[in-house]
Amino acid sequence: MLTPRVYKEIPQRYRLEANKCKKCGRVNFPPRLVCPNCGSQEFEDYRLPTTGKILTYTVVRTPPVDFKLQKPIVLAIVELEDGTRIMCQVTDLPPYVENYDEIIKIGAPVELVFRKIFSEGEAGIHVYGYKCRLI
Amino acid sequence: MAVGIVGYGSYVPRYRIKVEEIAKQWGDNAESIKNGLLLYEKTVPGMDEDTITISYMAAKYALQRAGIDPKEIGALYIGSESHPYAVKPSGTVVAEALGITPDVHIADFEFACKAGSEAMFVAYSHVKAGNMKYAMGIGADTSQGAPGDALEYSAAAGGSAFIFGTENIVAEVLYTYSFTTDTPDFWRREHEFYPQHAGRFTGEPAYFRHVLSCARALMDMSGLKAEDFAYAIFHMPNGKFPLRAGKILGFKKEQLEPGWIVPWQGNTYSGSSPTGLSATLDIAKPGDLILMVSFGSGAGSDGFIFKVTERIEEVRDKAPKFWDMLKNNKIYLDYGLYAKFRGKIILRPEL
Repeated sequence: MLTPRVYKEIPQRYRLEANKCKKCGRVNFPPRLVCPNCGSQEFEDYRLPTTGKILTYTVVRTPPVDFKLQKPIVLAIVELEDGTRIMCQVTDLPPYVENYDEIIKIGAPVELVFRKIFSEGEAGIHVYGYKCRLI
Repeated sequence: MAVGIVGYGSYVPRYRIKVEEIAKQWGDNAESIKNGLLLYEKTVPGMDEDTITISYMAAKYALQRAGIDPKEIGALYIGSESHPYAVKPSGTVVAEALGITPDVHIADFEFACKAGSEAMFVAYSHVKAGNMKYAMGIGADTSQGAPGDALEYSAAAGGSAFIFGTENIVAEVLYTYSFTTDTPDFWRREHEFYPQHAGRFTGEPAYFRHVLSCARALMDMSGLKAEDFAYAIFHMPNGKFPLRAGKILGFKKEQLEPGWIVPWQGNTYSGSSPTGLSATLDIAKPGDLILMVSFGSGAGSDGFIFKVTERIEEVRDKAPKFWDMLKNNKIYLDYGLYAKFRGKIILRPEL
């Protein structure tokens, strides 16, 4: 049963809410209570930008059961406009891809979009969050 | 006090299937469907897209154009006949993702293909009554059509969102009217996956009676004639019906074309006429009068007359335009992939 965990992660998964250290300016996503860079405990609210570029990616051909219908799934590390790096699924790709390198170029611009990540079986909740797609 | 649209946005999925691909599967003649219904291809939702994600994207673009604080929106209504949950609102997820919660009134609407205009109607009425500063109405669907049924050629995915307010209006609402009867032309029973329709009965007693009656009432109410409008949008179950309705009412094809999106998008059910309106606002000029009439089986039509303001020029480039989304980044599917994407294949329980 994932429901309580999903509920707790709504600010990050839905709205990309992060925090920014008031002392050194480091952006933490998800938000932290203590800055790993300078040890400060003072933060300001911060919302991540929704565009960036692909830093690297990998193709998962045997994903977990909840993702089987989407296989192969592509996971990427995306560097957002402000330099923050996040990992997310790449969506809206052609269903038949022989060579992903021809479609997903390192450095390619992407936008973050709001999508269904997976569903808890036939009767459970739908879990939503961010993915990225090529612009 | 003038009330109108302060921000609007549409969302179009990237996947498509052509009429030829569906016709090939069922032994139909693609040319006769293309010529008869004026349908060429349609949008297909990605496997990770549904009414909630489509509504969110359309609403996000509407907020970009409105340039307002989401927290000022007092109500959010989503009209759809493909809400992902039978019990649990789509609107709560969308409002939470947009940062509108918790001081907001939420409801999901259902009235076949006019649930979106219903959401717009109630959002507009709230603002007009002074209940709140802004209210949002959304129409979105991942429409269902049974395999092999005529509806499979048209049932598509997409949606549009409209924020109503009294300041910085881009299109003022001048008149509204609704025409409603109990007409059993199209329905889907509880737990049924696909809707049923009453064949030719869906034309004259359902679509044309309601759309024409609603449009005529609005034109009588306003004293406006077809030639006074720059554009008109009628619900688009196929390409033919809205053109015929327009012709009967005295509109020329040029007045209908910017919002006549169904040949290349398909019927997005609750998103249909709202998206036609959005596409029309993308090219409208200040002072233009626009007539929009929805249709929902069961049956009813909601009608609006809008007057476009100077502000349209400032906001239209702040979010993606409809025809750009429809024409670009298309990914075509074959029927097998389409069936998989739309959940039409019976799977083992562990999948």
